[in-house]
Amino acid sequence: MSVQQQKQGVPLWAQILIWLSITGLLVLVGLGLIRAQRPMVSVGSLAPDFSLTLFDGYTLDGASSLKLSDLRGKVVVINFWASWCKPCEQEAATLEAAWRLYQPAGEVVFLGIAWTDTEPKSKAFLKRFGITYPNGPDLGTRISQLYNRNLGVPETYFIGRDGTIKHIQIGPFASVSQIQALIDRLLAE
Amino acid sequence: MKRHFFLIGALIAVFAFFWPAGASAQGSTPSDDDVNRIARELYCPVCENTPLDVCPTQACAEWREQIRLMLAEGKTDAEIKQYFVDYYGARVLAEPPRQGFNWLAYLVPPVLIALGAFVLVRALRDWVKPGVTEAGTGESEPPADSAESDEYIQRLAEELQKRR
Repeated sequence: MSVQQQKQGVPLWAQILIWLSITGLLVLVGLGLIRAQRPMVSVGSLAPDFSLTLFDGYTLDGASSLKLSDLRGKVVVINFWASWCKPCEQEAATLEAAWRLYQPAGEVVFLGIAWTDTEPKSKAFLKRFGITYPNGPDLGTRISQLYNRNLGVPETYFIGRDGTIKHIQIGPFASVSQIQALIDRLLAE
Repeated sequence: MKRHFFLIGALIAVFAFFWPAGASAQGSTPSDDDVNRIARELYCPVCENTPLDVCPTQACAEWREQIRLMLAEGKTDAEIKQYFVDYYGARVLAEPPRQGFNWLAYLVPPVLIALGAFVLVRALRDWVKPGVTEAGTGESEPPADSAESDEYIQRLAEELQKRR
């Protein structure tokens, strides 16, 4: 008669608990990965609403803070930038020149959002390039997280009068005419 | 008298040692070590997974400069970290704040370790004290400490003893 060891397994309740824990953990990791990789905004989607507190000295219609949804009916150009970003330096003057073209009519609003920048450096950058359109810090990186901006700076979002995203520009603008072409198309809609 | 001189001398030495540091704490530029003490507990969102104290990017260099500036203003470590949380969000902290969903980061690992230890202990215990089964039949076996088994083991031990 041969003899072999009998393996006394882990109790059923412990097995269930272990599997539930592993499954729960995998679900959490999976959800996190899906969330991290899914683009939260795309062309055609409604631009997520946010509030922006402007840097000292900047106002929009006399207010030092604004809400994106209050700008419905206007074309909005949202530019994410940082003082440490060299391509942002390249396009700073171009954006300012474009803003000066559209500012008098009041149909287009430019918004600059400083991303993961320090306040003194942001202010120095704005002063250096003579930026006059409303600018503010992305406090708590809340705005950039809404727009799933993890690719870098600069990035610019063009929002139509209906509040939907019409164009996303990754990287700097080459010329004022490039910006003009995009805005004029949106104004004509 | 000599003892008094010694005490006074010691006091002067202590003051001389601490006075310059105390006087310059407000005005002097904080050292890299001071900055890095705080920086190593922060992460810049631009270069995730790299602590601020060793991150080579320009963005992180500016953050460190901001820390230096705030230290020079006399801000405490806690105040500086709170500033960064307010400005860039809690994600910049190396250690997530103990609230809400973040509790999972603190609770899951110890629970899993405890669970793993429990399973390991159980498995080892069963391994050390195995049961006995009859192969093939699938029927239950007499327990290992039965008379028959004991007799068999005893005979085996005796045989082994004789051969030595």
